[in-house]
Amino acid sequence: MIRFMLGKLTEAAIAVWGVITIVFFVSRVLGDPTALLLPTGASDAELAALRSALGLDQPLLQQYFSSMGAMLRGDFGVSFQHMRPALDVVLERMPATASLAFTALALGVLFGAIAGTIAALKRGKLAEFIVMIAALLGQATPVFWLGLMLILFFSVQLGWLPSSGSGSLAHLVLPALTLAVFVSASIARLLRSSLLDILGEDYVRTARAKGLLPQTIFTWHVARNALIPVVTMIGIIAGELLGGSVVTETVFGWPGVGRLIVQAIQNQDFPVIQAGVAVVAVIFVFINLAIDLLYGFLDPRIRQGR
Amino acid sequence: MKAFFSALLKSPSGLAGFVLLSLFIAIAIFAPMAGLVSPIRGDLMARLSPPTWTGPFSPGAHPLGTDEVGRDILSRIVNGSRLTLLLATTAVVLGGIVGTLLGIIAGFYGGIVDRILMRLVDIQLALPLMLLALLVVAALGPSFVNLVIVLALTSWIRYARIIRGQVFALREREFVQSAYAIGASTWRIMLRHILPNVLTPALVVATLELARIIIMDAALSFLGLGVQPPNPSWGRMLADGRVYISTAWWIVTFPGLAILLTVLSVNLLGDWLRDHFDPKMRTSR
Repeated sequence: MIRFMLGKLTEAAIAVWGVITIVFFVSRVLGDPTALLLPTGASDAELAALRSALGLDQPLLQQYFSSMGAMLRGDFGVSFQHMRPALDVVLERMPATASLAFTALALGVLFGAIAGTIAALKRGKLAEFIVMIAALLGQATPVFWLGLMLILFFSVQLGWLPSSGSGSLAHLVLPALTLAVFVSASIARLLRSSLLDILGEDYVRTARAKGLLPQTIFTWHVARNALIPVVTMIGIIAGELLGGSVVTETVFGWPGVGRLIVQAIQNQDFPVIQAGVAVVAVIFVFINLAIDLLYGFLDPRIRQGR
Repeated sequence: MKAFFSALLKSPSGLAGFVLLSLFIAIAIFAPMAGLVSPIRGDLMARLSPPTWTGPFSPGAHPLGTDEVGRDILSRIVNGSRLTLLLATTAVVLGGIVGTLLGIIAGFYGGIVDRILMRLVDIQLALPLMLLALLVVAALGPSFVNLVIVLALTSWIRYARIIRGQVFALREREFVQSAYAIGASTWRIMLRHILPNVLTPALVVATLELARIIIMDAALSFLGLGVQPPNPSWGRMLADGRVYISTAWWIVTFPGLAILLTVLSVNLLGDWLRDHFDPKMRTSR
């Protein structure tokens, strides 16, 4: 188990390093931010002075190694735009993103699990048909459009909920609902097919033949095994949501990490781009580690490395 | 081919997807011959006019209404579909070729080659696709070619992973061993013996990827990083229409419906393909 964990940790570290390296070089192609930072009409000497103050006049590889070293110490540099440490700027946005992500995930998993279970147990009935149609539509709907439609209905027509901004529970409802629709659709579909696969297994028939209660069979023999692919998907979705749902945050003016990174890309704010992407990558990698551990819990064969 | 269609006829959802998608493709191809008004030149006298069927205040010729500069929404949606479908299909083909080849190579050689490839996959998985796409498009500029490259870049790992797994199993099979025995070269074995056997899973992944890429393309142009104006694009129409959401609901409603229906048809077809060719892939997606 410890070797398994160490191996996973090494892989995780390599992934984070790779992400930061890619982002470093790609963001340097974005252009020179000094022209954006100084008022128009600044002299060439002023531009050059700022460039060397920011360390942008050094060779690319030297910039790479010095910023890599600094990043290992948690120093991502000072945001060109906010004039504060980039990591602080990013971490300040984390609560907004996390509250949206967890609300959407909780709602989505709850609805998705109920709907998926109903669809699998009521095979061939009307209930399955309705759930599957709803899930298909939910998966095919672009989130930003769904967000706009919810704004149109609940904010413009009914006037019940604010269309953008943050700060109160009412602000959270629409963006969370928007994301939850997609999450629950994906989970319902996957859980249904996963449950159907397991229900057809021989050991389920054996359990029935032994005369076990249907509830017991479902809880201990079916659900536990059917959850493995679902847990994988929840992990992937959680990582994506915590990375900032760029588009949803934009539609609803939600002050999260996703929107921050998009703005940083537009403003060529390299330190914030790097800090933001690094934070996102670390979260993503840790969620995947957590999932690997959960597998071990759900399936003893994995725990024992067989 | 005949067996394919007779199986398709037995599945209402697969058939619906196939018919709808064919219809959309036909509309996209024949759009210039349909005699629609220009999607680019607006009629300022008729700006923000509601869809014809909603009431007497709409001056005639705009079935789905007009936008803030009087451009016909229907014409923009139809013409926008040309670019969207062309872009998404090209990206799917490019990502599919790269992902399939890398998947074959990794699965066939195994060992260090495979480990390097899987680390690359890990790195890319740790970077949310949307952020990767945004960053690359912002760096390279939003041209058609760059968008295709970015979308293909977000896509290749899905082929590579599934096909690598398939090749692991295939390379132990007797027909591969006998190809070795008669002295076939490695490249020949990979291209003539392995490749044909992984085309079906690659096709299934490609269909499912097409849906994802259409949505991603729309999201990028929603954020202003798609194909640039004046070319109509669905995502850009939604972004521009947002400002008028309280007075002109039709601008943001119909382009989104177009995306939804297109993605739905692709998904229906893709689900059917997957269940038809390879039921085992269902839960391992």
